[in-house]
Amino acid sequence: MTPLQTCLLISALLFSVGFAGAVTRRHAILVLIGIELMLNAANLNLIAFWRFGAHPEALNGFIFALFSMALAAAEAAVGLALVIAIYRHKKTSNLDEVKELKG
Amino acid sequence: MADKIDQIFVTALHFLVSYLPEAWRPLASSLICIVFILMVFPLIFSLTTIFERKGIGRIQNRYGPNRVGIPFTKIRLAGFGQFLPDGVKMLTKEDVVPRAADQAVHFLAPIVLLIPVLLTYAVLPFGRNMAIADYDAGLLFFLAVGGAVEISVFMAGWSSRNKYSLLGAMRAIAQMVSYEIPLILSGVTVVMIAGTLNLSQIVEHQNQYTYGIAHWFVFTPWGLVGFILFFIASLAESNRSPFDLPEAESEIIAGYFTEYSGFKFALFFLGEYLGMFAIIGLGITLFLGGWTSPVSFLTWIPSWIWFLTKMMAIVFVFIWIRATLPRLRMDQLMGFAWKFMLPLALINILVAGIWHFMSHDWQRWLVCSAIIFGAYVVLGRGLMANQKLGKRIYRYAE
Amino acid sequence: MSPFFIITGIVTLLGAVFAMSLRNLVHCALAMAIAFAGVAALFLQLGAEFVGFAQILIYIGAIAILIVFAILLTRSGESPDKSVLTSGWWAGIAVTAMVFTILGWAVLSSSAVPKELPAAPAASVKNVGDLLMTKYVLPLEIVALVLTAAMIGAVLIALKEDNKDNAGGQP
Repeated sequence: MTPLQTCLLISALLFSVGFAGAVTRRHAILVLIGIELMLNAANLNLIAFWRFGAHPEALNGFIFALFSMALAAAEAAVGLALVIAIYRHKKTSNLDEVKELKG
Repeated sequence: MADKIDQIFVTALHFLVSYLPEAWRPLASSLICIVFILMVFPLIFSLTTIFERKGIGRIQNRYGPNRVGIPFTKIRLAGFGQFLPDGVKMLTKEDVVPRAADQAVHFLAPIVLLIPVLLTYAVLPFGRNMAIADYDAGLLFFLAVGGAVEISVFMAGWSSRNKYSLLGAMRAIAQMVSYEIPLILSGVTVVMIAGTLNLSQIVEHQNQYTYGIAHWFVFTPWGLVGFILFFIASLAESNRSPFDLPEAESEIIAGYFTEYSGFKFALFFLGEYLGMFAIIGLGITLFLGGWTSPVSFLTWIPSWIWFLTKMMAIVFVFIWIRATLPRLRMDQLMGFAWKFMLPLALINILVAGIWHFMSHDWQRWLVCSAIIFGAYVVLGRGLMANQKLGKRIYRYAE
Repeated sequence: MSPFFIITGIVTLLGAVFAMSLRNLVHCALAMAIAFAGVAALFLQLGAEFVGFAQILIYIGAIAILIVFAILLTRSGESPDKSVLTSGWWAGIAVTAMVFTILGWAVLSSSAVPKELPAAPAASVKNVGDLLMTKYVLPLEIVALVLTAAMIGAVLIALKEDNKDNAGGQP
């Protein structure tokens, strides 16, 4: 198994773990944690392909991963603000109970 | 001869490592450097605690500890041996862990504090050729790892299941996060002018002399403001007075390390002071020329002695400030960071850019100083204008 | 691949598994921080220094702290007494298994994987800076705008609404 395939398998496993958590857990913040783990897996994928792919001196995957991190931070901030706002409104952060559009 | 003393540690390291086969050399070299840092900096920490107690005592018109010499002998060192019985006391005190505390997280918090703090020592250039890990992005490494300390503060505060600990931890994290931004932005000006994130090269940039005075970045308008911002931000990052609301005894007992006693408290204490030394070291590297001497006729003094002298001088100023200035309240602290230091840091970046692109004349000194002075006056007035200094009104808890 | 890489990968995956399966939310957040540190170590071993340090700075220094603050502000610090899994969690696990199978099969049997490994590229900070200022300056400015908008938006969404009896204290 080439090093690239090892990296990609680790990233695929990380993605699956994040996805499993995001889909099965009840608490809204745990879904956000799962999303962050999935984004990390994608970044790992990008860096692995940058390192072992063609034209690494063009730094494409590198810059892509950098921007992805910045956007993940922005999205985490907004997502957590939403969770806090929903908690303030409905007094619960249980995703099973937040299922009505009526306020 | 001066050169040999200057490089004495480097040659000693090469000498020790040369006894091993080729494959083991990088690992052995790193281990010896780690052992050296673990021996030297806790010793400096012990001496600093004594300097602090005696210094604060003298400023407050009393003696500090002045009796303890070397234990079990009759040698009296005027109190400088105080750290030995203090260390023994910390080690032998009973380690009380609250029953409702989260045992694993409570245990790990001091360790998680020490690991990033010790990691940051890896990139500081203590002398010529004496940076242990000369990363291309050394400054980013320092700031990234220094920011990981906040997790440990939260772990300590939350795992104690104590309202005061949690409150102190939240305040400490808010303070650290707010003051990280002026810290990083004032470092950005140095990176702009030096053109590199590598700390050894930043020091090399300052290793030139005109008319006998070194090209330290603190001797430029933007560098002076940047250094002052960095200094204040590093006071806040290390939770030192006047920013020590999260851990002051009269405010919140001891903040996030209320429930720690014995050796864990010693580890927190050690971690805080080591963090202070590391960030002072970074400030020296960025603004005060690292291991270079200020005047060209004193370059025969070894580089690591210069670094230590500068570090001790700034530690003395820290102690002086602690004994002199009153504590800032939380909202004053946060207002100061976001409304004064952040805009001033951004304007400083602009001024550093103007400095770089203007011709190397006396005009750029004038223009840059004028912009900075104007910004300082405007921001200072803006900060003072919100305070309604009128008749005292009372607000009762509803 | 070097054994360090495999060990770091295992630590990262263990951190991720604990992050998704522990009952206490704060423990989950701390395990997530370990997973982030593991990913940063993986980046450093792949030779992406700048991205690795940025990962530590952004994820551990900022996002982990954000998540911890959100856990405390929504009072989820205590262990829950009911089940932690949502209804229909078995469908989630099934889909996850399918996703991993497809990804794994794609990785192991793809012919796009190059056979010879190129030399380690020079990802010096100077090159990254040059690229960010010449080829990628438009994404840089757009990301700056996005970050500003996200910051303002997050503050606005999480802002406490003004009540009639403004008891407003500060923490």
